[in-house]
Amino acid sequence: MKKFINKVDDILVESLSGFATAHADLVALNLNPNFLTRKNKARNKVAIISGGGSGHEPLHAGYIGVGMLDAACPGHVFTSPTPDQMLEAATAVHADKGILFIVKNYAGDVMNFEMAAEMLPFENATVLTSDDCAVINSTYTTGRRGVAGTVIVEKCVGSLAEAGADLTACKTLGDKVNIRTASIGVALTSCTVPAAGRPTFDLSVADLEMGVGIHGEPGRRREALREADAIVADCVEAILADFKTKNISTAQSEALLLVNGFGATPLMELYLLYNTAAQLFTQHGICITRSLVGNYTTALDMAGASITLCLLDDEIKQHWDSPVHTPALRWKM
Amino acid sequence: MKTEFILDAALAIQRTILANEHTLESLDREIGDGDHYINMKRGASTVVEMQAELASLNPEAALNKIGLKLLSTIGGASGPLLASFFMSMSKSLKEHGDDSPTKIAAAFAAGVQAITQRGKANLGEKTMLDVLIPVAAQFESLAVLGHDAKFIANALSKTAETGMLSTKDLIATKGRAAGLGERAIGHIDPGAKSCQLMIEAVCQIV
Repeated sequence: MKKFINKVDDILVESLSGFATAHADLVALNLNPNFLTRKNKARNKVAIISGGGSGHEPLHAGYIGVGMLDAACPGHVFTSPTPDQMLEAATAVHADKGILFIVKNYAGDVMNFEMAAEMLPFENATVLTSDDCAVINSTYTTGRRGVAGTVIVEKCVGSLAEAGADLTACKTLGDKVNIRTASIGVALTSCTVPAAGRPTFDLSVADLEMGVGIHGEPGRRREALREADAIVADCVEAILADFKTKNISTAQSEALLLVNGFGATPLMELYLLYNTAAQLFTQHGICITRSLVGNYTTALDMAGASITLCLLDDEIKQHWDSPVHTPALRWKM
Repeated sequence: MKTEFILDAALAIQRTILANEHTLESLDREIGDGDHYINMKRGASTVVEMQAELASLNPEAALNKIGLKLLSTIGGASGPLLASFFMSMSKSLKEHGDDSPTKIAAAFAAGVQAITQRGKANLGEKTMLDVLIPVAAQFESLAVLGHDAKFIANALSKTAETGMLSTKDLIATKGRAAGLGERAIGHIDPGAKSCQLMIEAVCQIV
Protein backbone atom coordinates (compact mmCIF):
# COMPACT_ATOMS: atom_id res chain seq x y z
CA MET A 1 0.00 0.00 0.00
CA LYS A 2 1.36 3.40 -0.99
CA LYS A 3 -0.72 6.24 0.45
CA PHE A 4 -0.31 9.55 2.24
CA ILE A 5 -0.92 8.46 5.83
CA ASN A 6 0.30 9.42 9.28
CA LYS A 7 -1.55 6.83 11.34
CA VAL A 8 -4.23 4.65 9.76
CA ASP A 9 -6.61 5.35 12.65
CA ASP A 10 -6.24 9.11 12.20
CA ILE A 11 -6.98 9.30 8.45
CA LEU A 12 -10.64 10.23 8.75
CA VAL A 13 -10.31 12.98 11.36
CA GLU A 14 -7.23 14.48 9.70
CA SER A 15 -8.92 14.50 6.30
CA LEU A 16 -12.15 15.99 7.70
CA SER A 17 -10.14 18.67 9.51
CA GLY A 18 -8.29 19.58 6.30
CA PHE A 19 -11.57 19.73 4.39
CA ALA A 20 -13.21 21.96 7.00
CA THR A 21 -10.22 24.32 7.13
CA ALA A 22 -9.89 24.52 3.34
CA HIS A 23 -13.58 25.36 3.00
CA ALA A 24 -14.02 27.31 6.23
CA ASP A 25 -16.09 29.91 4.34
CA LEU A 26 -18.71 27.24 3.55
CA VAL A 27 -18.69 24.45 6.15
CA ALA A 28 -18.21 23.78 9.86
CA LEU A 29 -16.99 20.50 11.37
CA ASN A 30 -18.13 18.81 14.58
CA LEU A 31 -16.10 15.91 15.97
CA ASN A 32 -17.43 13.21 18.32
CA PRO A 33 -19.88 12.55 16.89
CA ASN A 34 -18.61 13.46 13.43
CA PHE A 35 -20.77 15.63 11.21
CA LEU A 36 -20.43 18.72 9.02
CA THR A 37 -22.90 21.53 8.50
CA ARG A 38 -23.15 24.72 6.49
CA LYS A 39 -21.14 27.52 8.10
CA ASN A 40 -24.26 29.68 8.27
CA LYS A 41 -27.36 27.83 9.37
CA ALA A 42 -30.25 28.18 6.91
CA ARG A 43 -33.63 29.38 8.25
CA ASN A 44 -37.16 28.29 7.51
CA LYS A 45 -36.50 25.45 5.10
CA VAL A 46 -36.48 21.66 5.03
CA ALA A 47 -33.03 20.61 6.25
CA ILE A 48 -31.37 18.15 3.84
CA ILE A 49 -28.96 15.67 5.42
CA SER A 50 -26.96 12.96 3.73
CA GLY A 51 -24.15 10.69 4.82
CA GLY A 52 -22.44 7.39 4.31
CA GLY A 53 -19.10 5.70 4.52
CA SER A 54 -16.02 7.82 3.77
CA GLY A 55 -13.85 7.16 0.73
CA HIS A 56 -16.34 8.53 -1.83
CA GLU A 57 -15.23 12.17 -1.60
CA PRO A 58 -16.47 14.71 -2.54
CA LEU A 59 -19.68 12.80 -1.67
CA HIS A 60 -21.28 13.87 0.70
CA ALA A 61 -19.59 16.71 2.62
CA GLY A 62 -18.43 18.32 -0.63
CA TYR A 63 -22.07 19.07 -1.42
CA ILE A 64 -22.84 21.06 1.72
CA GLY A 65 -23.83 24.63 0.96
CA VAL A 66 -26.49 26.91 -0.43
CA GLY A 67 -28.66 25.04 -2.95
CA MET A 68 -27.68 21.57 -1.80
CA LEU A 69 -27.10 19.88 1.61
CA ASP A 70 -27.45 21.34 5.09
CA ALA A 71 -25.36 18.62 6.75
CA ALA A 72 -23.44 15.42 6.07
CA CYS A 73 -22.49 12.53 8.37
CA PRO A 74 -19.29 10.71 7.36
CA GLY A 75 -18.72 7.16 8.62
CA HIS A 76 -15.38 5.39 8.69
CA VAL A 77 -14.01 4.31 5.29
CA PHE A 78 -16.75 2.32 3.53
CA THR A 79 -18.68 1.97 6.82
CA SER A 80 -22.01 3.64 7.46
CA PRO A 81 -22.28 6.45 10.02
CA THR A 82 -24.10 5.69 13.30
CA PRO A 83 -27.46 7.17 14.44
CA ASP A 84 -25.89 9.44 17.07
CA GLN A 85 -24.19 11.34 14.22
CA MET A 86 -27.47 11.80 12.34
CA LEU A 87 -29.35 12.82 15.50
CA GLU A 88 -26.86 15.53 16.43
CA ALA A 89 -26.54 16.77 12.86
CA ALA A 90 -30.34 16.98 12.60
CA THR A 91 -30.58 18.88 15.87
CA ALA A 92 -27.92 21.32 14.64
CA VAL A 93 -29.53 22.12 11.27
CA HIS A 94 -33.26 21.66 11.96
CA ALA A 95 -35.04 24.81 10.76
CA ASP A 96 -38.70 24.17 11.68
CA LYS A 97 -39.73 22.50 8.40
CA GLY A 98 -38.52 18.97 9.04
CA ILE A 99 -35.55 16.86 8.01
CA LEU A 100 -35.04 15.00 4.73
CA PHE A 101 -32.41 12.27 4.75
CA ILE A 102 -30.86 11.25 1.42
CA VAL A 103 -29.43 7.74 1.80
CA LYS A 104 -27.68 5.47 -0.68
CA ASN A 105 -29.27 2.01 -0.64
CA TYR A 106 -26.75 -0.05 1.33
CA ALA A 107 -27.95 -2.28 4.18
CA GLY A 108 -25.79 -0.61 6.84
CA ASP A 109 -26.67 2.93 5.79
CA VAL A 110 -30.37 2.14 5.54
CA MET A 111 -30.56 0.58 9.00
CA ASN A 112 -28.53 3.29 10.73
CA PHE A 113 -30.52 6.11 9.11
CA GLU A 114 -33.75 4.23 9.85
CA MET A 115 -32.93 4.04 13.56
CA ALA A 116 -31.97 7.72 13.58
CA ALA A 117 -35.27 8.59 11.87
CA GLU A 118 -37.22 6.64 14.52
CA MET A 119 -35.40 8.33 17.39
CA LEU A 120 -35.58 11.85 15.91
CA PRO A 121 -38.02 14.23 17.64
CA PHE A 122 -38.67 16.16 14.40
CA GLU A 123 -40.83 15.43 11.37
CA ASN A 124 -38.65 13.61 8.85
CA ALA A 125 -38.61 11.61 5.63
CA THR A 126 -36.02 9.65 3.66
CA VAL A 127 -35.14 9.38 -0.02
CA LEU A 128 -33.32 6.12 -0.81
CA THR A 129 -31.18 6.31 -3.93
CA SER A 130 -30.83 3.17 -6.05
CA ASP A 131 -29.59 4.32 -9.45
CA ASP A 132 -27.07 1.51 -10.07
CA CYS A 133 -28.60 -0.77 -12.70
CA ALA A 134 -25.69 -3.27 -12.70
CA VAL A 135 -26.93 -5.78 -10.13
CA ILE A 136 -29.99 -6.45 -7.99
CA ASN A 137 -28.31 -7.72 -4.80
CA SER A 138 -24.67 -7.35 -3.80
CA THR A 139 -22.22 -7.68 -0.90
CA TYR A 140 -23.69 -4.71 0.93
CA THR A 141 -27.20 -4.39 -0.42
CA THR A 142 -30.54 -5.99 -0.76
CA GLY A 143 -31.87 -4.32 -3.87
CA ARG A 144 -30.10 -1.92 -6.19
CA ARG A 145 -27.17 0.17 -5.00
CA GLY A 146 -27.16 3.94 -4.75
CA VAL A 147 -24.15 5.45 -6.54
CA ALA A 148 -23.20 8.60 -8.50
CA GLY A 149 -26.81 9.46 -9.35
CA THR A 150 -27.11 10.46 -5.69
CA VAL A 151 -25.31 13.72 -6.56
CA ILE A 152 -28.14 14.64 -8.95
CA VAL A 153 -30.76 13.81 -6.33
CA GLU A 154 -28.94 15.94 -3.74
CA LYS A 155 -28.63 18.86 -6.17
CA CYS A 156 -32.29 18.89 -7.25
CA VAL A 157 -33.79 18.28 -3.80
CA GLY A 158 -31.41 20.85 -2.31
CA SER A 159 -32.63 23.42 -4.82
CA LEU A 160 -36.29 22.73 -4.11
CA ALA A 161 -35.73 22.95 -0.35
CA GLU A 162 -33.90 26.26 -0.80
CA ALA A 163 -36.99 27.56 -2.64
CA GLY A 164 -39.06 26.90 0.47
CA ALA A 165 -40.92 23.72 -0.53
CA ASP A 166 -42.26 21.45 2.21
CA LEU A 167 -40.98 18.04 3.28
CA THR A 168 -43.44 16.04 1.17
CA ALA A 169 -42.58 17.97 -2.00
CA CYS A 170 -38.84 17.48 -1.41
CA LYS A 171 -39.28 13.75 -0.83
CA THR A 172 -41.45 13.44 -3.97
CA LEU A 173 -38.90 15.20 -6.17
CA GLY A 174 -36.04 13.09 -4.72
CA ASP A 175 -37.90 9.87 -5.51
CA LYS A 176 -38.69 11.10 -9.01
CA VAL A 177 -35.09 12.04 -9.83
CA ASN A 178 -33.93 8.68 -8.47
CA ILE A 179 -36.31 6.68 -10.64
CA ARG A 180 -35.37 8.74 -13.72
CA THR A 181 -31.65 8.11 -13.16
CA ALA A 182 -29.59 5.04 -14.08
CA SER A 183 -25.88 4.36 -13.59
CA ILE A 184 -23.34 1.64 -14.26
CA GLY A 185 -19.65 1.49 -13.33
CA VAL A 186 -16.52 -0.20 -14.66
CA ALA A 187 -13.36 -0.89 -12.65
CA LEU A 188 -9.88 -1.15 -14.16
CA THR A 189 -8.18 -1.73 -10.79
CA SER A 190 -9.24 -2.50 -7.24
CA CYS A 191 -9.24 0.10 -4.49
CA THR A 192 -7.26 -0.33 -1.26
CA VAL A 193 -8.99 0.37 2.07
CA PRO A 194 -6.30 1.95 4.30
CA ALA A 195 -7.14 -0.19 7.34
CA ALA A 196 -6.95 -3.36 5.25
CA GLY A 197 -3.68 -2.38 3.58
CA ARG A 198 -4.18 -4.55 0.52
CA PRO A 199 -6.41 -4.35 -2.58
CA THR A 200 -10.07 -5.26 -1.92
CA PHE A 201 -10.15 -7.62 -4.91
CA ASP A 202 -7.77 -9.06 -7.48
CA LEU A 203 -8.12 -7.80 -11.01
CA SER A 204 -5.43 -8.71 -13.53
CA VAL A 205 -3.95 -6.03 -15.83
CA ALA A 206 -5.78 -7.63 -18.74
CA ASP A 207 -9.27 -7.58 -17.16
CA LEU A 208 -12.03 -5.20 -16.09
CA GLU A 209 -15.02 -5.60 -13.74
CA MET A 210 -18.26 -4.58 -15.48
CA GLY A 211 -20.92 -3.23 -13.12
CA VAL A 212 -18.58 -2.72 -10.16
CA GLY A 213 -19.92 -1.00 -7.03
CA ILE A 214 -18.34 2.01 -5.33
CA HIS A 215 -16.63 -0.18 -2.70
CA GLY A 216 -15.11 -2.55 -5.24
CA GLU A 217 -17.87 -5.08 -4.70
CA PRO A 218 -18.52 -7.42 -7.64
CA GLY A 219 -20.60 -6.36 -10.60
CA ARG A 220 -22.06 -8.27 -13.52
CA ARG A 221 -18.99 -9.99 -14.87
CA ARG A 222 -15.25 -10.07 -15.14
CA GLU A 223 -14.11 -9.64 -18.74
CA ALA A 224 -11.11 -8.85 -20.89
CA LEU A 225 -10.16 -5.19 -21.25
CA ARG A 226 -11.28 -3.90 -24.65
CA GLU A 227 -11.18 -0.59 -26.46
CA ALA A 228 -13.09 2.20 -24.69
CA ASP A 229 -15.84 2.49 -27.29
CA ALA A 230 -16.88 -1.15 -26.78
CA ILE A 231 -16.96 -0.74 -22.99
CA VAL A 232 -19.05 2.43 -23.23
CA ALA A 233 -21.42 0.72 -25.68
CA ASP A 234 -22.12 -1.99 -23.09
CA CYS A 235 -22.74 0.64 -20.39
CA VAL A 236 -25.10 2.63 -22.62
CA GLU A 237 -26.97 -0.53 -23.50
CA ALA A 238 -27.36 -1.47 -19.82
CA ILE A 239 -28.71 1.98 -18.98
CA LEU A 240 -31.20 2.00 -21.86
CA ALA A 241 -32.35 -1.51 -20.94
CA ASP A 242 -32.91 -0.32 -17.36
CA PHE A 243 -35.23 2.50 -18.43
CA LYS A 244 -37.08 0.02 -20.61
CA THR A 245 -37.53 -2.32 -17.62
CA LYS A 246 -38.77 0.63 -15.57
CA ASN A 247 -41.18 1.46 -18.39
CA ILE A 248 -39.79 4.97 -18.79
CA SER A 249 -39.56 6.12 -22.39
CA THR A 250 -36.21 7.61 -23.42
CA ALA A 251 -37.19 8.56 -26.97
CA GLN A 252 -36.95 12.32 -27.66
CA SER A 253 -35.94 12.81 -24.02
CA GLU A 254 -33.70 15.57 -22.77
CA ALA A 255 -31.04 14.21 -20.45
CA LEU A 256 -28.15 14.99 -18.13
CA LEU A 257 -25.07 12.85 -18.76
CA LEU A 258 -22.68 12.38 -15.84
CA VAL A 259 -19.35 10.65 -16.40
CA ASN A 260 -17.88 10.06 -12.97
CA GLY A 261 -14.33 9.03 -12.10
CA PHE A 262 -13.70 6.51 -9.31
CA GLY A 263 -10.57 8.27 -8.06
CA ALA A 264 -7.61 7.12 -10.11
CA THR A 265 -8.73 7.72 -13.69
CA PRO A 266 -7.54 10.97 -15.31
CA LEU A 267 -10.00 13.55 -16.59
CA MET A 268 -8.57 13.05 -20.06
CA GLU A 269 -9.97 9.50 -20.10
CA LEU A 270 -13.26 10.58 -18.53
CA TYR A 271 -13.81 13.06 -21.38
CA LEU A 272 -12.94 10.32 -23.87
CA LEU A 273 -15.68 8.17 -22.30
CA TYR A 274 -18.06 11.13 -22.32
CA ASN A 275 -17.42 11.69 -26.02
CA THR A 276 -18.52 8.16 -26.94
CA ALA A 277 -21.39 7.99 -24.45
CA ALA A 278 -22.88 11.27 -25.69
CA GLN A 279 -22.70 10.07 -29.30
CA LEU A 280 -24.35 6.74 -28.52
CA PHE A 281 -27.17 8.24 -26.45
CA THR A 282 -27.77 10.79 -29.24
CA GLN A 283 -28.01 7.96 -31.75
CA HIS A 284 -30.75 6.51 -29.55
CA GLY A 285 -32.78 9.70 -29.83
CA ILE A 286 -31.77 11.17 -26.49
CA CYS A 287 -30.83 14.83 -26.43
CA ILE A 288 -27.97 15.47 -23.98
CA THR A 289 -28.48 19.05 -22.82
CA ARG A 290 -26.69 18.96 -19.46
CA SER A 291 -23.30 17.43 -18.63
CA LEU A 292 -21.04 16.79 -15.66
CA VAL A 293 -17.62 15.16 -16.01
CA GLY A 294 -15.21 14.59 -13.12
CA ASN A 295 -14.67 12.87 -9.78
CA TYR A 296 -17.99 13.28 -7.99
CA THR A 297 -18.53 9.87 -6.33
CA THR A 298 -15.23 8.09 -5.89
CA ALA A 299 -14.10 4.73 -4.54
CA LEU A 300 -10.79 5.68 -2.89
CA ASP A 301 -8.03 4.94 -5.41
CA MET A 302 -9.96 2.72 -7.79
CA ALA A 303 -9.26 3.27 -11.48
CA GLY A 304 -12.47 3.23 -13.45
CA ALA A 305 -15.55 5.28 -14.12
CA SER A 306 -19.31 5.23 -14.07
CA ILE A 307 -21.81 6.55 -16.56
CA THR A 308 -25.07 8.06 -15.30
CA LEU A 309 -28.03 9.23 -17.36
CA CYS A 310 -30.78 11.31 -15.78
CA LEU A 311 -33.89 11.92 -17.90
CA LEU A 312 -34.88 15.55 -17.44
CA ASP A 313 -38.29 17.14 -17.28
CA ASP A 314 -38.98 20.84 -16.72
CA GLU A 315 -38.95 20.49 -12.93
CA ILE A 316 -35.70 18.49 -12.74
CA LYS A 317 -34.05 20.83 -15.26
CA GLN A 318 -35.04 23.90 -13.27
CA HIS A 319 -33.57 22.49 -10.06
CA TRP A 320 -30.40 21.21 -11.71
CA ASP A 321 -29.79 24.65 -13.26
CA SER A 322 -30.50 26.70 -10.12
CA PRO A 323 -27.65 28.43 -8.25
CA VAL A 324 -25.44 26.27 -6.02
CA HIS A 325 -22.40 27.05 -3.89
CA THR A 326 -20.66 24.08 -2.26
CA PRO A 327 -17.00 22.97 -2.08
CA ALA A 328 -17.45 20.53 -4.99
CA LEU A 329 -20.25 21.99 -7.10
CA ARG A 330 -20.70 25.68 -7.79
CA TRP A 331 -22.46 27.72 -10.42
CA LYS A 332 -24.44 30.95 -10.86
CA MET A 333 -23.40 32.27 -7.42
CA MET B 1 -32.92 -12.45 35.81
CA LYS B 2 -30.22 -10.51 37.59
CA THR B 3 -27.93 -7.85 36.15
CA GLU B 4 -25.06 -9.96 37.48
CA PHE B 5 -26.04 -12.67 34.96
CA ILE B 6 -25.92 -10.14 32.10
CA LEU B 7 -22.41 -9.11 33.15
CA ASP B 8 -21.26 -12.75 33.34
CA ALA B 9 -22.85 -13.40 29.94
CA ALA B 10 -20.94 -10.45 28.44
CA LEU B 11 -17.65 -11.92 29.68
CA ALA B 12 -18.55 -15.38 28.37
CA ILE B 13 -19.44 -13.89 24.98
CA GLN B 14 -16.18 -11.98 24.80
CA ARG B 15 -14.23 -15.15 25.67
CA THR B 16 -15.87 -17.21 22.95
CA ILE B 17 -15.50 -14.50 20.27
CA LEU B 18 -11.78 -14.10 21.04
CA ALA B 19 -11.29 -17.89 21.08
CA ASN B 20 -12.89 -18.24 17.64
CA GLU B 21 -11.03 -15.51 15.79
CA HIS B 22 -9.75 -17.85 13.10
CA THR B 23 -13.12 -19.55 12.49
CA LEU B 24 -15.06 -16.28 12.15
CA GLU B 25 -12.41 -14.59 10.01
CA SER B 26 -12.15 -17.44 7.55
CA LEU B 27 -15.93 -17.88 7.25
CA ASP B 28 -16.34 -14.16 6.55
CA ARG B 29 -13.51 -14.09 4.03
CA GLU B 30 -15.33 -16.80 2.08
CA ILE B 31 -18.73 -15.14 1.71
CA GLY B 32 -18.53 -11.73 3.40
CA ASP B 33 -16.13 -8.81 3.44
CA GLY B 34 -13.80 -10.05 6.16
CA ASP B 35 -14.62 -7.64 8.98
CA HIS B 36 -17.12 -9.69 11.00
CA TYR B 37 -14.64 -10.84 13.65
CA ILE B 38 -13.31 -7.31 14.17
CA ASN B 39 -16.84 -5.92 14.58
CA MET B 40 -17.88 -8.69 17.00
CA LYS B 41 -14.69 -8.26 19.02
CA ARG B 42 -15.23 -4.50 19.22
CA GLY B 43 -18.86 -5.00 20.28
CA ALA B 44 -18.03 -7.62 22.94
CA SER B 45 -15.16 -5.56 24.37
CA THR B 46 -17.33 -2.45 24.47
CA VAL B 47 -19.96 -4.22 26.58
CA VAL B 48 -17.36 -5.74 28.92
CA GLU B 49 -15.83 -2.29 29.43
CA MET B 50 -19.27 -1.04 30.56
CA GLN B 51 -19.34 -3.45 33.55
CA ALA B 52 -18.96 -0.74 36.19
CA GLU B 53 -21.77 1.48 34.90
CA LEU B 54 -24.06 -1.49 34.18
CA ALA B 55 -23.65 -3.10 37.62
CA SER B 56 -25.84 -0.55 39.38
CA LEU B 57 -28.71 -0.81 36.85
CA ASN B 58 -31.63 -3.24 36.78
CA PRO B 59 -31.58 -5.81 33.92
CA GLU B 60 -34.01 -3.88 31.74
CA ALA B 61 -32.01 -0.64 31.98
CA ALA B 62 -28.72 -2.48 31.53
CA LEU B 63 -29.90 -4.13 28.29
CA ASN B 64 -31.15 -0.82 26.92
CA LYS B 65 -27.82 0.84 27.73
CA ILE B 66 -25.96 -2.01 25.98
CA GLY B 67 -28.16 -1.54 22.89
CA LEU B 68 -27.56 2.21 22.68
CA LYS B 69 -23.83 1.78 23.17
CA LEU B 70 -23.56 -0.87 20.44
CA LEU B 71 -25.54 1.39 18.14
CA SER B 72 -22.91 4.13 18.32
CA THR B 73 -19.84 1.87 18.27
CA ILE B 74 -20.30 -0.99 15.81
CA GLY B 75 -21.57 0.75 12.66
CA GLY B 76 -22.40 -1.11 9.47
CA ALA B 77 -25.45 -3.37 9.57
CA SER B 78 -24.45 -5.29 12.72
CA GLY B 79 -24.80 -2.21 14.95
CA PRO B 80 -28.51 -1.54 14.30
CA LEU B 81 -29.36 -5.27 14.27
CA LEU B 82 -27.74 -6.06 17.62
CA ALA B 83 -28.95 -2.78 19.11
CA SER B 84 -32.53 -3.53 18.03
CA PHE B 85 -32.26 -6.94 19.76
CA PHE B 86 -31.12 -5.54 23.12
CA MET B 87 -33.44 -2.51 23.07
CA SER B 88 -36.51 -4.63 22.27
CA MET B 89 -35.57 -7.23 24.86
CA SER B 90 -35.26 -4.42 27.38
CA LYS B 91 -38.66 -3.02 26.42
CA SER B 92 -40.30 -6.44 26.88
CA LEU B 93 -38.76 -6.91 30.33
CA LYS B 94 -39.88 -3.42 31.31
CA GLU B 95 -43.46 -4.10 30.24
CA HIS B 96 -43.85 -7.69 31.45
CA GLY B 97 -41.23 -8.19 34.17
CA ASP B 98 -38.17 -10.43 34.39
CA ASP B 99 -38.99 -12.85 37.22
CA SER B 100 -39.71 -16.10 35.32
CA PRO B 101 -38.26 -18.15 32.44
CA THR B 102 -41.43 -17.47 30.40
CA LYS B 103 -40.92 -13.71 30.69
CA ILE B 104 -37.25 -13.97 29.78
CA ALA B 105 -38.12 -16.22 26.83
CA ALA B 106 -40.74 -13.69 25.70
CA ALA B 107 -38.16 -10.89 25.93
CA PHE B 108 -35.66 -12.93 23.90
CA ALA B 109 -38.33 -13.58 21.27
CA ALA B 110 -39.15 -9.85 21.16
CA GLY B 111 -35.46 -9.14 20.53
CA VAL B 112 -35.34 -11.67 17.69
CA GLN B 113 -38.54 -10.24 16.24
CA ALA B 114 -36.89 -6.79 16.21
CA ILE B 115 -33.96 -8.18 14.20
CA THR B 116 -36.32 -9.65 11.59
CA GLN B 117 -38.04 -6.29 11.26
CA ARG B 118 -34.85 -4.22 11.14
CA GLY B 119 -33.13 -6.55 8.67
CA LYS B 120 -36.34 -7.31 6.73
CA ALA B 121 -35.26 -10.96 6.79
CA ASN B 122 -36.67 -14.28 7.91
CA LEU B 123 -35.88 -17.97 8.38
CA GLY B 124 -34.02 -19.70 5.54
CA GLU B 125 -32.20 -16.67 4.11
CA LYS B 126 -28.72 -17.65 5.35
CA THR B 127 -28.37 -15.18 8.20
CA MET B 128 -28.13 -15.19 11.99
CA LEU B 129 -31.92 -15.58 12.04
CA ASP B 130 -31.51 -19.24 11.07
CA VAL B 131 -30.07 -19.65 14.58
CA LEU B 132 -32.15 -17.07 16.45
CA ILE B 133 -35.67 -17.90 15.23
CA PRO B 134 -35.62 -21.63 16.17
CA VAL B 135 -33.88 -20.86 19.47
CA ALA B 136 -36.47 -18.22 20.37
CA ALA B 137 -39.37 -20.54 19.51
CA GLN B 138 -37.94 -23.43 21.52
CA PHE B 139 -37.08 -21.17 24.47
CA GLU B 140 -40.70 -20.02 24.69
CA SER B 141 -42.22 -23.51 24.40
CA LEU B 142 -39.84 -25.14 26.91
CA ALA B 143 -40.36 -22.29 29.38
CA VAL B 144 -44.14 -22.65 29.13
CA LEU B 145 -43.80 -26.39 29.82
CA GLY B 146 -42.01 -25.50 33.06
CA HIS B 147 -38.62 -27.10 32.42
CA ASP B 148 -35.73 -25.96 34.61
CA ALA B 149 -33.13 -23.48 33.40
CA LYS B 150 -30.32 -26.01 32.90
CA PHE B 151 -32.51 -28.30 30.79
CA ILE B 152 -33.64 -25.36 28.64
CA ALA B 153 -30.06 -24.10 28.24
CA ASN B 154 -28.83 -27.50 27.02
CA ALA B 155 -31.64 -27.81 24.50
CA LEU B 156 -31.10 -24.26 23.17
CA SER B 157 -27.38 -24.90 22.68
CA LYS B 158 -28.17 -27.88 20.47
CA THR B 159 -30.85 -26.04 18.50
CA ALA B 160 -28.44 -23.15 17.90
CA GLU B 161 -25.90 -25.56 16.46
CA THR B 162 -28.45 -27.20 14.16
CA GLY B 163 -29.56 -23.77 12.93
CA MET B 164 -25.98 -22.65 12.33
CA LEU B 165 -25.18 -25.79 10.33
CA SER B 166 -28.37 -25.39 8.27
CA THR B 167 -27.02 -22.16 6.73
CA LYS B 168 -24.37 -24.19 4.90
CA ASP B 169 -26.76 -25.47 2.25
CA LEU B 170 -28.78 -22.29 1.82
CA ILE B 171 -28.66 -19.70 -0.94
CA ALA B 172 -28.41 -16.27 0.64
CA THR B 173 -31.30 -13.94 -0.13
CA LYS B 174 -30.48 -11.43 2.63
CA GLY B 175 -27.35 -10.31 4.42
CA ARG B 176 -23.70 -10.35 3.52
CA ALA B 177 -23.78 -13.15 0.92
CA ALA B 178 -26.90 -12.02 -0.95
CA GLY B 179 -24.89 -10.96 -4.02
CA LEU B 180 -23.20 -14.33 -4.38
CA GLY B 181 -26.18 -16.46 -5.41
CA GLU B 182 -25.27 -20.13 -5.65
CA ARG B 183 -21.62 -19.39 -4.96
CA ALA B 184 -22.45 -19.16 -1.23
CA ILE B 185 -23.73 -22.74 -1.06
CA GLY B 186 -21.43 -24.93 1.01
CA HIS B 187 -20.40 -22.07 3.29
CA ILE B 188 -21.70 -21.49 6.82
CA ASP B 189 -22.89 -17.92 7.38
CA PRO B 190 -20.45 -16.11 9.71
CA GLY B 191 -23.28 -14.22 11.45
CA ALA B 192 -25.07 -17.50 12.17
CA LYS B 193 -21.81 -18.93 13.51
CA SER B 194 -21.12 -16.01 15.87
CA CYS B 195 -24.72 -16.13 17.10
CA GLN B 196 -24.45 -19.85 17.82
CA LEU B 197 -21.17 -19.30 19.68
CA MET B 198 -22.71 -16.57 21.83
CA ILE B 199 -25.81 -18.62 22.65
CA GLU B 200 -23.67 -21.63 23.55
CA ALA B 201 -21.45 -19.48 25.78
CA VAL B 202 -24.41 -17.97 27.63
CA CYS B 203 -26.15 -21.36 28.00
CA GLN B 204 -23.02 -22.80 29.58
CA ILE B 205 -23.10 -20.32 32.48
CA VAL B 206 -26.78 -20.90 33.28
